[in-house]
Amino acid sequence: MSAVVSTQALGRRYGRRWGLSECSLDVPAGRVAALVGPNGAGKTTLLHLAVGLLPPTSGTIEVLGERPLADPRVMARVGFVAQDAPTYSGLSVADHLRLGARLNPGWDRQLAEDRIEQLGLDPTQPAGKLSGGQRAQLALTLAIAKRPELLLLDEPVARLDPLARREFLQSLMEFVAEHDVSVVLSSHLLGDLERVCDYLILIIKSRVRLAGDVEELLATHHRLIGPRRDPASLSSDQHVIEASHTERQSTLLIRTDAPIRDPAWAVEQINLEDLVLAYMRQSADTASAGRPVSSVRR
Amino acid sequence: MIEFHLDSRSGVSPYLQVVHQVHQALRLGLLREGDQLPTVKDVAAGLAMNPNTVLKAYRQLEHDGVVSARPGVGTFVTKTPDGPPFAVFGPLRRDLLRWFAKARRAGLDDESIEALFRDTFRSGAGEDVA
Repeated sequence: MSAVVSTQALGRRYGRRWGLSECSLDVPAGRVAALVGPNGAGKTTLLHLAVGLLPPTSGTIEVLGERPLADPRVMARVGFVAQDAPTYSGLSVADHLRLGARLNPGWDRQLAEDRIEQLGLDPTQPAGKLSGGQRAQLALTLAIAKRPELLLLDEPVARLDPLARREFLQSLMEFVAEHDVSVVLSSHLLGDLERVCDYLILIIKSRVRLAGDVEELLATHHRLIGPRRDPASLSSDQHVIEASHTERQSTLLIRTDAPIRDPAWAVEQINLEDLVLAYMRQSADTASAGRPVSSVRR
Repeated sequence: MIEFHLDSRSGVSPYLQVVHQVHQALRLGLLREGDQLPTVKDVAAGLAMNPNTVLKAYRQLEHDGVVSARPGVGTFVTKTPDGPPFAVFGPLRRDLLRWFAKARRAGLDDESIEALFRDTFRSGAGEDVA
């Protein structure tokens, strides 16, 4: 299957600081990909490069097989919702739909109107008077009524309350179920992602730390709990992501393709949130000078 | 029609949770031959769940031989597990209850009972494999 976003050594510099560097990845088509990482890691930079809002400083990016800046026509096939779901506060819901129809050749008027009705939004209401959840839903409606092949969402649910967040993700998943669309969404809310996303891209300090199929990542990462031992004594195909020890017990988070045969370990499955947090902590630990990757508790 | 639920704290992947819930419903007689599973779209929209994941679970169930997809119509239960489930469950449940009572008389609290049960279950399962 071809990639909807494909980057080669992509980099973007802001003054002296790199917002994204040496980023090489392929986001496969037909997926809902989560873009996660700490604040300032480069998630928004990557999305802005993907929609041509920024030119790359180095490397290349292709979206649906085209370079966004060289061929801006590709943007007709991409729906983008920027952070905080920007809308025009003075314009009514209906004005937004009219604007969407005027600006987008492939505008699906029926879909847009059905969604506004389903959401119970008053078409005459100015966007500035909508709740945060309603505004996010309006922004999503504008993006999906373009009938895009690729939907890029930057922190779409960050500021929503739990109910509005769930409703937004329900709308999004319903759209994905009905239409042939690929999605890349950045988010901090790791708890939501496991049910919504089937592909993960973890960016830490402007670099891609981990990318892959969620099921595969979860199947190859395990938490091992057992009598205390030195992580260095593990077999070479078991990579320790995180380790903590008490006097008698060791708890390790490891990555391995092979089954764990050592009966001394109790093996626990981890969820996506555990996995992402372990990698984030690992990077934070490696950064602080003189501190070992594994912490020792006594 | 059954309704799925997702426990995000369980550590079990959403895909497996759906598979397990169908098998569980079949075992308990909540789903019978001919029953329709919710459509992929309904599950996706209802649980905010990735439709690819729902589809994957349904394919697994097809592979397990318990459902079959009729294109454009839906996914239907084709096979209920052999044997009347409650005929087997009832006596086993009574044995377990007797054992629980015995464990409590021996002074075990609920957590110790659960720990002992799990530990024995795990080592017992290990013996079966070896």
